[in-house]
Amino acid sequence: MPEFVNLTIALIVAAITYGTPFLFGTLGEILTEKSGNLNLGVEGIMFMGGAVGLGGVFYYEKLTGNANGIVAVIVGILCAFIAGCIASLIFSFITITLRANQNVTGLALSIFGTGVGQFIGEYMRVSEGGYIAISNSLKGFFQNSPFPAFLQEIPVVGPILFSSSVFFYMGVVLAIAMHLFLKRSRKGLYLRSVGESPATADAAGINVTRYRYLATVIGGGISAIGGMVYIMTIAGCVWNHEGLSGVGWLAVALVIFCLWRPLSSIWGSILFGALMILYLRLNIPFIPMQIYKILPYVVTVIVLIVSSMRNQKENQPPEGLGLNYFREER
Amino acid sequence: METVCAIELKNITKRFGSVVANDGINLSLNRGEILSLLGENGSGKTTLMNMLSGIYYPDEGEICVGGEKVTISSPKDAFRYGIGMIHQHYKLVDVFTAAENIVLGLDDEEKLDMNQTNAKVRAICEKYGFDIDPTKKIYDMSVSQKQTVEIIKVLYRGADILILDEPTAVLTPQETDKLFAVLRNMRADGKAIVIITHKLHEVMALSDKVAVLRKGKYIGTVNTAETNPQALTDMMVGHTVTLNIDRPTYEKPVPRLSLSGVSCFDAEGVKRLDDVSFTAMGGEILGIAGVAGSGQRELLECIAGLHPVSSGSIMYTPDEAAPSDLVGKSPMQIRKSGVAMAFVPEDRLGMGLVGSMGMTGNMMLRSWRKGKSIFVNRKDPNKLANQIWHDLEVVTPSTEFPVRRMSGGNVQKVLVGREIASAPSVLMTAYAVRGLDINTSYTIYNLLTEQKMQGVAVVYVGEDLDVLLELCDRILVLCGGKVSGIVDARTTTKEEVGLLMTRVGGKEAE
Repeated sequence: MPEFVNLTIALIVAAITYGTPFLFGTLGEILTEKSGNLNLGVEGIMFMGGAVGLGGVFYYEKLTGNANGIVAVIVGILCAFIAGCIASLIFSFITITLRANQNVTGLALSIFGTGVGQFIGEYMRVSEGGYIAISNSLKGFFQNSPFPAFLQEIPVVGPILFSSSVFFYMGVVLAIAMHLFLKRSRKGLYLRSVGESPATADAAGINVTRYRYLATVIGGGISAIGGMVYIMTIAGCVWNHEGLSGVGWLAVALVIFCLWRPLSSIWGSILFGALMILYLRLNIPFIPMQIYKILPYVVTVIVLIVSSMRNQKENQPPEGLGLNYFREER
Repeated sequence: METVCAIELKNITKRFGSVVANDGINLSLNRGEILSLLGENGSGKTTLMNMLSGIYYPDEGEICVGGEKVTISSPKDAFRYGIGMIHQHYKLVDVFTAAENIVLGLDDEEKLDMNQTNAKVRAICEKYGFDIDPTKKIYDMSVSQKQTVEIIKVLYRGADILILDEPTAVLTPQETDKLFAVLRNMRADGKAIVIITHKLHEVMALSDKVAVLRKGKYIGTVNTAETNPQALTDMMVGHTVTLNIDRPTYEKPVPRLSLSGVSCFDAEGVKRLDDVSFTAMGGEILGIAGVAGSGQRELLECIAGLHPVSSGSIMYTPDEAAPSDLVGKSPMQIRKSGVAMAFVPEDRLGMGLVGSMGMTGNMMLRSWRKGKSIFVNRKDPNKLANQIWHDLEVVTPSTEFPVRRMSGGNVQKVLVGREIASAPSVLMTAYAVRGLDINTSYTIYNLLTEQKMQGVAVVYVGEDLDVLLELCDRILVLCGGKVSGIVDARTTTKEEVGLLMTRVGGKEAE
């Protein structure tokens, strides 16, 4: 096979690996924003998800001694999910119940969550003797493809479609499920109405508070799984206090890039993943790697400009996004 | 028909902070009846109805539906008791289709099937003669179509008790007639209907009973057949209002603003104004009549420089200066030269006021450029705000209270009061009394007449023909963007103006 094709396949596979954390982060935030809550705390949520997810798997292995890989993956997902739920529950309580400004609260949650994640991660590392990692046999369950070898060995198609980690496929299934939920189901229609016009939803007898709480908390949990995926796949199952920084912000940018569509987030996150690693694979001399790193943001800005210029109602953010709802205020 | 009590309110009281919005209200309504709820602005009509539809919860008193005491603590409860409310500000999701809006909030366990829903909506449309495509998006709809969606929404839920909050405020006369026909059908169907309106002739034409509120208190209920507009007005305002509008004549009217051959297009390329020519004189009120959407808004916006003019000229003649063309000037230049506009849009707050600021802040929107200091002058705006507050009897706790939280009529007083205070030489108002009660309307009429007697050219876009005939000196009638006639308001008749509104120059519009 020509060298070029090999390089491209390797780039796509790596892009999928790097894109998977974004996929979760973005899907969670899409669900949150569809309810009208702008949770800017994704960065903090993913930090917490990463630290708690890693901790959960590490102590599960340490306590049982002989850990089951599938159970370990489930433990990782659950720990991260619960951490994300708790973080976004704080956000929900402050914005939905106490009606504080969402932007301020989100930024505060970013800082808070980053701190909590760092604390948990560093505390575990220090108390376990300066190094925290899980065994190689367990790592395989997190990083290797769930598909049999003969599928992965199909030329071209095999590596692209069947060689990614189990989390990528989970993310794709989740994206499709979320698309069907939002577009086809009654609950999805109601959720969108809460995000578009909470006063309308309220007058129609929809419990705005409940929908917002549920969407924000579950969305935060999904985002947090992305943090865990990052630590377990890209960062090599060890705690590295700088590993996650910036991933959450890119996930927020990706939500805008995808125009709040779960299906678009599949290819959008792969594209963002590719942009993240482009400097490793396609090194052009004299161009510093920082330039590469701002590419995702540049692309997001361009998408914003184009979608604003075309001004299609369907491509705009939910109308109630970022606004708290108080029934007795006109 | 046997009279069955549909709904009964006993001693309902609702307070917002220190303000008592409803104070011991009693009301009852039978099936197969239409009740008009009448009252001045801020008299608590909407608040009362919001308690029926579950938006607010009463502090005291009880509500009975069908003779049984009920607790309505959420809109869902209201639906369960068959109460449906059509709000003044439509509660629809813009990016959804009509049908999606209609099924919103329904508790069906079955799977969401839009095809089936669309068919059901079409069936309701056919039954009552509505003309709505269930798959059309709300943002593509006109105001009256949106209202239709709201009504279908309530009917879809099988409501027996319908509440309509000022349903005709945004409708053309034809649309109003259609709506009334539908409401009468529903009455015949045994439904109980409450309609909130300011228009006395609508009350007389449509309703069986009239309940009157004044300043949050219940004044009484009368049968429409046994009353007349004069008696109702007395109940509403507590004292007799002179029905005659004072119309003095200004001695020497001078041409102030003359338009010739003005045409313009909207964003979709539809011609909105077609060869409009007229002269507005200083010292007269020029009324502009026409069916809603005949180009009134575009006309004012063209003069104010907010809408591009495709052809024609707008010559403005200030005192002791040569005439100049306003076309091509910026809104700021036009305003500076003395042309003021008070436009009251359908949603009242959309154009002209900042909802979260108080009266003083909104006064400053007109004066922030004045003065040489780098700090804005707050004293004068504050004085002006206080003056408007007292002169126009704006009901607000203070001049710093956010205007968004005032009632609709009070918001309008602030807007019109501010425009008049800028001492313009051309004053344009559109729908200045939309939704206002009779007393406040007269305050506004007097203010406009006062301006006229100071030599200001007043352009008054209005809906109520009776008012136009009594207030204005001349009336320009627009029909489909064309001037179909300019008549002397002192000699013309309502029939003549009405004819011009539908036909250009007395001939059938092409």
